Amino acid sequence: MTDIALPQHHEHEHPSGITRWLFTTNHKDIGTLYLLFSVSMLFIGGSFAMVVRAELFQPGLQFVNPHFFNQMTTMHALVMIFGAVMPAFVGLANWMIPMMIGAPDMALPRLNNWSFWLLPFAFTLLLSTLFMPGGAPSGGWTMYPPLVLQTGMAFPFLIFAVHLMGISSVMGAINVITTVFNMRAPGMTYTKLPLFVWTWVITAFLLIAAMPVLAGAVTMLLTDKFFGTSFFNAAGGGDPVMFQHVFWFFGHPEVYIMILPAFGIVSQIVPTFARKPLFGYISMIYAVASIAFLSFIVWAHHMFTVGMPLAGELFFMYSTVLIAVPTGVKVFNWVATMWRGSMTFETPMLWALCFIILFSIGGFSGLMLGLAPADFQYQDTYFVVAHFHYVLVTGAVFAIIGGVYFWLPKWTGRMYNERLGKLHFWLSTLSVNLLFFPQHFLGLAGMPRRIPDYAVQYAEWNMLSSIGAFVFGASQLIFLYTVIRAMSGHGEKASGQVWEGAHGLEWTLPSPPPYHSFTEAPKVP
Amino acid sequence: MNPAAISHYYVPEPSHWPLLGSIGLFSLTGGSALLLTDHVTGGSFAMGVGFLIFVGMLCGWFGAVIKESEGGRYNDQVDVSFRWGMAWFIFSEVMFFAAFFGALFYVRHFAVPWLGGIGDKASTHEILWPSFVAAWPLLQLPDASQFTVAKHAMEAAGLPAFNTLILLSSGATVTWAHWGIKAGRRNHLIIGLCLTVALGALFLSLQAHEYWDAYTVQNLRLTSGIYGSTFFMLTGFHGAHVLIGAIMLSVVLARSARGHFTPTHHFAFEAASWYWHFVDVVWLGLFVTVYLL
Repeated sequence: MTDIALPQHHEHEHPSGITRWLFTTNHKDIGTLYLLFSVSMLFIGGSFAMVVRAELFQPGLQFVNPHFFNQMTTMHALVMIFGAVMPAFVGLANWMIPMMIGAPDMALPRLNNWSFWLLPFAFTLLLSTLFMPGGAPSGGWTMYPPLVLQTGMAFPFLIFAVHLMGISSVMGAINVITTVFNMRAPGMTYTKLPLFVWTWVITAFLLIAAMPVLAGAVTMLLTDKFFGTSFFNAAGGGDPVMFQHVFWFFGHPEVYIMILPAFGIVSQIVPTFARKPLFGYISMIYAVASIAFLSFIVWAHHMFTVGMPLAGELFFMYSTVLIAVPTGVKVFNWVATMWRGSMTFETPMLWALCFIILFSIGGFSGLMLGLAPADFQYQDTYFVVAHFHYVLVTGAVFAIIGGVYFWLPKWTGRMYNERLGKLHFWLSTLSVNLLFFPQHFLGLAGMPRRIPDYAVQYAEWNMLSSIGAFVFGASQLIFLYTVIRAMSGHGEKASGQVWEGAHGLEWTLPSPPPYHSFTEAPKVP
Repeated sequence: MNPAAISHYYVPEPSHWPLLGSIGLFSLTGGSALLLTDHVTGGSFAMGVGFLIFVGMLCGWFGAVIKESEGGRYNDQVDVSFRWGMAWFIFSEVMFFAAFFGALFYVRHFAVPWLGGIGDKASTHEILWPSFVAAWPLLQLPDASQFTVAKHAMEAAGLPAFNTLILLSSGATVTWAHWGIKAGRRNHLIIGLCLTVALGALFLSLQAHEYWDAYTVQNLRLTSGIYGSTFFMLTGFHGAHVLIGAIMLSVVLARSARGHFTPTHHFAFEAASWYWHFVDVVWLGLFVTVYLL
């Protein structure tokens, strides 16, 4: 394919200076802002994790007091979920969806700007709590009452930060759905949409359905704390367990919000480097939709040990295990896509392959946790920590990094350094397994999560895990370097096509694409 | 200009309104948080400033959109984007209410009966509050010492039933107004909108009266245990949405009086009326689950 000559009659000049970024209505600028915000949160949230792993390097209390340790675990989760992973996906959506469907921009460009510019303010509210009397929130990111109601000055800041993040996510999701429903180029039918677009539409639906429920849950916390309501106070007829139900009604779809776009990214990368079309395209869409539907009826598997009626335990166990079916379809299709493909192993493909293997490990440990009787042993142990880090770090984050390597040449017009990319991959993959795999053993042996000190029997695996953490953290500096290098115009020039096996409208544009692309709708082959 | 004739999708110029909105919300929420943590002066100030900035942003942003719309910048495709945007926004609001309806369902069907010793929760009942009797509306609390004890539950008959009638009628008047705009009869449209806004205002003032009655006569408050909590949370958020809907309709009314909208191009009217019907439906759910059952 060759680059298409684009009409150059722009309505307004290419803006410059700081106001370009503050006032922008351009999907590429907003995508860049999201991605830069996400990477800065990745490093802030990562530094909190380094504190946690440093403290757990050896038994006993070394560096921080238990209260600060709890602040670190809580803030690590909040920053990584709402600050790093979710904005990264929205950034990728902003950059790629309009170019993939042949649209001139997102459907509601000013709203798009607002979705982004709420985030720095929300995280200012959240991170400022670190410097407040009583410190940051320390009751866990799940904010269970009554514990969370003991939070000091930080409490209302936490609640309002969550509200602002929710508004941002819902508006971003509305924009994505509207864009895909209304802005597709003529001929870009629903069965021609790239899978990344499909997974994002379904994710957007999950966001719009789940985030307002979180807003409701934290609003009830706020009124319980300050206005004397008794939603979560049994003395007034409420129930603290009710918070867990409302929270996880949001929380489980949230888990899929963080993985479905990752499925989409992998479904773009694997066919490109296997040089074969995606196997089972339609079944992939049905699988994602099924996972999304199931995500709303499995929430109480996070609360098997709170004392639910037996019927509840059984229902949530069976519905949870059912998710393995569509997930299995996806993994099978990725493997079948590679079967007899003409494969090469550039950096994005390495991340995608590793995603498939390591995410499956996280999926299998999830299956173990989904069995109610077995979960009674695993609940709140390091096994749970190992499980969700396999799906979130080697799942979501690996897919995001793979996606960045995959699309970076398109965005910047420069190839990243392949040697450094591969070094980053191998260091990360080895260290991340050293970091999280031993946590399975720790959890099965009974080590509880969210504690700053532990019995001596857990010392060896904790030390190895911490070493893995430090190496993994440091490896990400290579990533930062390669990205900055490409952004600042160093490296080999990239063609419009970039990858030999790449297909789709986005690859018909030059690299970097013009500031306004597809102002005239392209012809869809 | 005929909007359908514009081929290009309108991509707006860079805009300072969203950033201003973020600053406003930041100051509003940060100020509220300071106020709640006993920093009264600074908190109230930041809240007030944030609120003003936010309101200013809404006026400016919507003003810009109205100007662009009246200037014929939006083609049919832009109109469809607005429709999807509004529809999904209303869906997000539905889910926000779902959290509170879910809480009401959970306490009525699980939490309160369990505290009364139903099912396998007998030991909870015996250990915590053995003399507690589960009932709904819950006036006799498990531990009344922490709460304001209400004298009576709210009646469905009387004022709430009347309010139901008012809100249903306002749904009819807004549809009648829509017939007016589609037939190009501006006076018909304006009368319909006036009636709708007036009914909305009547609803709100009656609800204010009901709240006053609850607080002073019935002694039912937010602090009266789970019945008061769910009652005020659901009706309060609903009331706030009626207010927002009434403001939207008032803006549409003012625009109609200025000669905005045509029989084929009037999405702002439709958006406000969709919102109004949504508020109406929430009230029906509320009337049944909060007052009747």
